[in-house]
Amino acid sequence: MSPVVNIGEFSLDTANLAALRGGSGCGKTTFLNLIAGILTPDAGSIHISGEAMSGATEAARDRLRARKLGYIFQTFNLLQGYSALENVLLGMMFGRGADRGAAEALLERVGLADRMAYRPRHLSVGQQQRVAVARALANRPSLVLADEPTGNLDRRNAAAALDLIQEVCVENGAALLLVSHDEEILGRFDRVEDFAALNLAGREGPA
Amino acid sequence: MSALSGILLLVRRSLRQHAMSTSVTLLAVALASGLVMAVFSIQEQSRAAFTGGPAGFDAVLGARGSQLQLVLNTVFHLETSPGNIPWSQYKQIADDPRVSLAIPYATGDSYHGFRIVGTTEQVFTDFEYLEGKKFAFRAGGRAFDPGYMEAVIGSYVAQKTGLKVGDEFHPAHGLAEQSTEEHEEEYTVTGITETTNTPSDRVIWIPIEGIFRMGGHVLRANGEVYVAQPGEDIPEENREVSAVMLKLKNARAGFDLDMTINKQGKDATLAYPIGRVMAELFDKIGWVNRVFELVTYLVVVVSAAAILAGLYNTINERRREFAILRALGARRRTVFAAIVIESSVIAALGSALGYGVYAAILAGAAIAVRAETGVQLDAFAGHVSLVATPVAMIALGALAGIVPAIKAYRTDVAEHLAPHS
Repeated sequence: MSPVVNIGEFSLDTANLAALRGGSGCGKTTFLNLIAGILTPDAGSIHISGEAMSGATEAARDRLRARKLGYIFQTFNLLQGYSALENVLLGMMFGRGADRGAAEALLERVGLADRMAYRPRHLSVGQQQRVAVARALANRPSLVLADEPTGNLDRRNAAAALDLIQEVCVENGAALLLVSHDEEILGRFDRVEDFAALNLAGREGPA
Repeated sequence: MSALSGILLLVRRSLRQHAMSTSVTLLAVALASGLVMAVFSIQEQSRAAFTGGPAGFDAVLGARGSQLQLVLNTVFHLETSPGNIPWSQYKQIADDPRVSLAIPYATGDSYHGFRIVGTTEQVFTDFEYLEGKKFAFRAGGRAFDPGYMEAVIGSYVAQKTGLKVGDEFHPAHGLAEQSTEEHEEEYTVTGITETTNTPSDRVIWIPIEGIFRMGGHVLRANGEVYVAQPGEDIPEENREVSAVMLKLKNARAGFDLDMTINKQGKDATLAYPIGRVMAELFDKIGWVNRVFELVTYLVVVVSAAAILAGLYNTINERRREFAILRALGARRRTVFAAIVIESSVIAALGSALGYGVYAAILAGAAIAVRAETGVQLDAFAGHVSLVATPVAMIALGALAGIVPAIKAYRTDVAEHLAPHS
């Protein structure tokens, strides 16, 4: 059974960067999916820049997610049949609308100017991660969710990737909520919270 | 609009990624829509061709019997003659004020399977196979001289037998293609008619006297057996013809003649109107058409099922893709629409290829019908099924997409986003 998540209160200011500390199976992915509107809470409310995610219809949550959120997954979740550029464009097409120039600019920004036409399987793991970063920012989100974004990278790449994520979020005025169990990553954030401390459900249940 | 461009990108890529299954499905759809269009088009065209155009005559007078047999034998040069009528009946109908043209036919011989029709020069001087169109001769050709053993051949006969103007040939007794019983008489080709795209293209015309005098032929017009002797006129009372081809002054004349010959008389049959006689034939064999239609409908259903199965099988492997798209903000109904549009696009592309199948079937059918009857089907003739079939096929394709689309619609996002390892 998936762990029950019970958060008393959590908020993140506009354009702020924060990290959550949590190991696997602690419910952090569930928490992020609740924020993204992929899952719905049984009680309580979730707001993204003033708009209610909880309680909204599924279609409204999809729209809100498309306009306001970017999501970076541990496994990147790139669309395998599509080039790097198409991955970013598809991120736009269901949100603010495709803007080829903006998509190319994003890929250039993450250092993939000469890899835009490559499919994910022809890119290194680090390059795939950068496509995922570019895609997460495709709709100029106000909040980027990152779930163990460096979990598949080696130490050197992980540091570089985190720098990039933080930089582009700041450049684009997006807040960043990142979860990780890696202390080296967590150490690069001013605000770090323990997910276990936030999650009341975790305390009540068996250890 | 942007979501639509996203959907189209998904559809395009999916069709290419499942190229094997896509092409098999396309083939099935192309065959199905091509077959439907061909069946309906051939039905309508052959009906139109056999009941309308190629007759050139309004009515046929022949021996007491079946009007259909009479028409098939004299207009389409198929079937055998139901029998002969005496010359006097020909003279009588030819002098009838209600008749504008009467041309006698005497049949029964052939050459390489092509019918030989004994007739008068009126076929070339007065007969119009289409309104305003008389037989024309290819360069160097002319009509036969009724006093000589001369022949005019249709263009299809010339093409198939290789006979040219000036060539000589021996008519064969009977109508069978492999008839070996040759007459001793030698006929000279004096002309080849230009192609008319009518049954006449398959006919060899000779003077009617030639049939009377052909070795082995006997005349029984007045009950006595008479064999024509060289150099001796054949008495009119002994002459007989297989049929008299008629042009009537007006429709009223047809009804009058039908009454006097068919209903009140009992020694001749008037096939009138020729189009109606043929329409009855088509009505009689209508069940064959319905069997064909049923078979094509089944093929259509199978092709729609192929679309459904082909797409359905791809959904499982694409679940993760749908989940990612949903995480990017695509709505459930967008995923649903992507699948339905994909199946519609398959149906549309298949239908487009179906025109090729249609053209191939029609070309084949046109060649076969032309070879058997001389009637020309028009492969490019418009038919409502050419529009209706693709439209119906696309609608059916969209319908077939609904089942896999529901499956895609139900994709659980959180579950399929989870890392696989």
